[in-house]
Amino acid sequence: MRAVLLIAGNDLRQRLRDKSLLIMAILVPLGLTLVLNLVFGGLENEEIAAFAVADQDNGPVATQFTGRVLGALEREGVVDVRRVRTPEEGRALTEEGAVAASISIPPGFSQAVQAGRPAVIRIVGHVDRPVGVQVARSVVEAFAAELRYVQIAVATAGGPPERVAGEAAQAPAPVRFAEAEAARRQLDIGANMAAGMAVFFLFFTVQFGVTSILDERRDGTLARLVAAPIPRSAILAGKLLSSVVVGTASMAVLLVASGLILGVTWGDPLGVAALVLAGVLAATGVMGVVATFARNAEQAGGQQSVVAVLLGLLGGVFLPVAQLGAALSVVSLATPHRWFLRGLSELADGGGPGRVAVPVLALLAFALVTGAIAMARVGRMLRP
Amino acid sequence: MGDEPVLECRGLRKVFGENTAVDGVGFSIAAGETYGLLGPNGAGKTTTISMVAGILERDAGDVLVEGRVHSPRDGRGKSAIGYIPQELAIYPDLSATENLRFFARLYGLSRARARARTAEVLEVIGLADRAKEPVKQYSGGMKRRLNIGIGLLHEPRLLILDEPTVGVDPQSRNAILESVARLAAEGAAVLYTTHYMEEAERLCDRVGIIDEGRLRAEGTRRELVGLVGENDRVLLTAEGDLAAAAEAAGKLPAVRQAGHGEGRVDLLVESAREVLPAVLDTVTRAGAAVRAVEVREPNLEAVFLHLTGKALRD
Ligand SMILES: Nc1ncnc2c1ncn2[C@@H]1O[C@H](COP(=O)(O)OP(=O)(O)O)[C@@H](O)[C@H]1O
Ligand SMILES: [Mg+2]
Repeated sequence: MRAVLLIAGNDLRQRLRDKSLLIMAILVPLGLTLVLNLVFGGLENEEIAAFAVADQDNGPVATQFTGRVLGALEREGVVDVRRVRTPEEGRALTEEGAVAASISIPPGFSQAVQAGRPAVIRIVGHVDRPVGVQVARSVVEAFAAELRYVQIAVATAGGPPERVAGEAAQAPAPVRFAEAEAARRQLDIGANMAAGMAVFFLFFTVQFGVTSILDERRDGTLARLVAAPIPRSAILAGKLLSSVVVGTASMAVLLVASGLILGVTWGDPLGVAALVLAGVLAATGVMGVVATFARNAEQAGGQQSVVAVLLGLLGGVFLPVAQLGAALSVVSLATPHRWFLRGLSELADGGGPGRVAVPVLALLAFALVTGAIAMARVGRMLRP
Repeated sequence: MGDEPVLECRGLRKVFGENTAVDGVGFSIAAGETYGLLGPNGAGKTTTISMVAGILERDAGDVLVEGRVHSPRDGRGKSAIGYIPQELAIYPDLSATENLRFFARLYGLSRARARARTAEVLEVIGLADRAKEPVKQYSGGMKRRLNIGIGLLHEPRLLILDEPTVGVDPQSRNAILESVARLAAEGAAVLYTTHYMEEAERLCDRVGIIDEGRLRAEGTRRELVGLVGENDRVLLTAEGDLAAAAEAAGKLPAVRQAGHGEGRVDLLVESAREVLPAVLDTVTRAGAAVRAVEVREPNLEAVFLHLTGKALRD
């Protein structure tokens, strides 16, 4: 253990002298988070402010939506609704960029709903405003979900059509649901971005751990470590330890800093700490395994970058996993990034540390498997 | 301990794929003795001492350090050994002090002892006044001296140096040879590899001559030179087809061995005075233009030529 600490300490001393680590581990991810937040944050406010609505039905159900749902959102200042006469008009406004999305309700909509026939609300979104479009969609989906509830009630109760409108009126107002959804998404975007950047760059921060064995081989010092009266396993353990220390420190700085700057609360501190530690272990293990396949430090760095970027992409660091499609969204479960982000969003909902048990265990499983592979393969690297 | 050697190795063997790098090498070194492994590049010197230092698994053979079997996987025997690799092995971003402290602690010295030994070693290697600078700012010679200093920290009973003077300026080289001699005088057993005949002659009590992974002969300088017998060594400084010249000369009955190196043909002959005319004639006809002729007392280079039929440096 003494040798492990000595080697880790010696490694850290060199790391701290290396400015590029500070840049890669802290400055770049923090800077990117801020820049992206400015860009997306700006769009968000603009988008949420404007929808166009064309109601060609004017029936009771449609009025329910345009009046009760959108009206309430409007009063809350969450959206700005522009009523237009035709879908074409709404589409034109969207294309101009005057609104983020236009919602149109076709003639006969209320009748169809009341008769239990399929009915469609159309949304046309502006291509460059995914957030605004997403908000429009959630509002409509929330309303549609309420309608389905009403329809089922109709089907089982077999009541007259008039009652449907009445029940719809009494049904829990979808407004609150939609509002909450919109508000949470807003929070998620800033927080997700910060967390995503943090975990993405974590993989670069810890990559030197096992790779530095290759550096030591190049510098000849590995021969000295191997010749010293210490167990060989202490060399790898010392390297891993210094990686974990640097990774944890950089994650802590990033989460605290982005929390303060963006006003994000990450949730239960114990849960966050467990996630961070498990995430750092997983990242160290993954990067460690990749390093054991390389011949020298440069090669290792290249391969590790590819793996870090691929896992980051798949893990939903750049794009929300929901936008990746069903197949990729399953594949994303094979990335530590996804579990880390999932754990954080569990906590953001206000859950206790118990909420992150599954993500933490998944991350520890990554750490265990990759750590074991690295251990098994590292003997090769210890030949000076 | 008594007369027990500090290092004893027997039947060392290492195979890399098809290439048997070390094949049955064995020797022993007593306390206070300096043992030289003399051989050309690729002879197997580094491979041999890597097995002795416990950084390379051996395919066969034993290494005993102070009578105890020493193996790469077992850390304990290693604290008796100070190993100085052939290539520089230092942390470039750290200062000399930091390099020394780290390795001192790694060899089990207490914090206080590590500090004290670091200061002492810095004096010995003459880096005390620049000890706080990052090593990467040092000159080549300074780095070499630090490289050696690290091996001295824990006052090893067995010091292993792998060609420590390669690429070193003459002044640093002298300082290195002197400090090795001082350590041996203080009672350390020293294993020293080199391909410089002069270093082996000057420094080593006993020399093992190694070539192609095998120990060809072993003994004091006097014993080894005795192997050459009453022969003379003739050195021709020449130009032209030296390989053909050496081969042709080697066929003369009075020439025992003939080798060639850069700009020279190296011969062992029974009596220089008698064969010289025939040698010059033969060599010239084989395509070499002789510029100078020198007749020398046999030395370790002559021994190497005698044993292997090759010049030590080629
Ligand atoms: N790691 C290795 N893998 C394969 N061959 C090696 C390795 N190390 C040394 N050799 C070979 O073993 C032989 C002896 O090398 P070495 O011990 O370095 O010689 P020396 O130190 O006397 O110059 C050479 O032929 C060399 O090419
Ligand atoms: Mg060598």
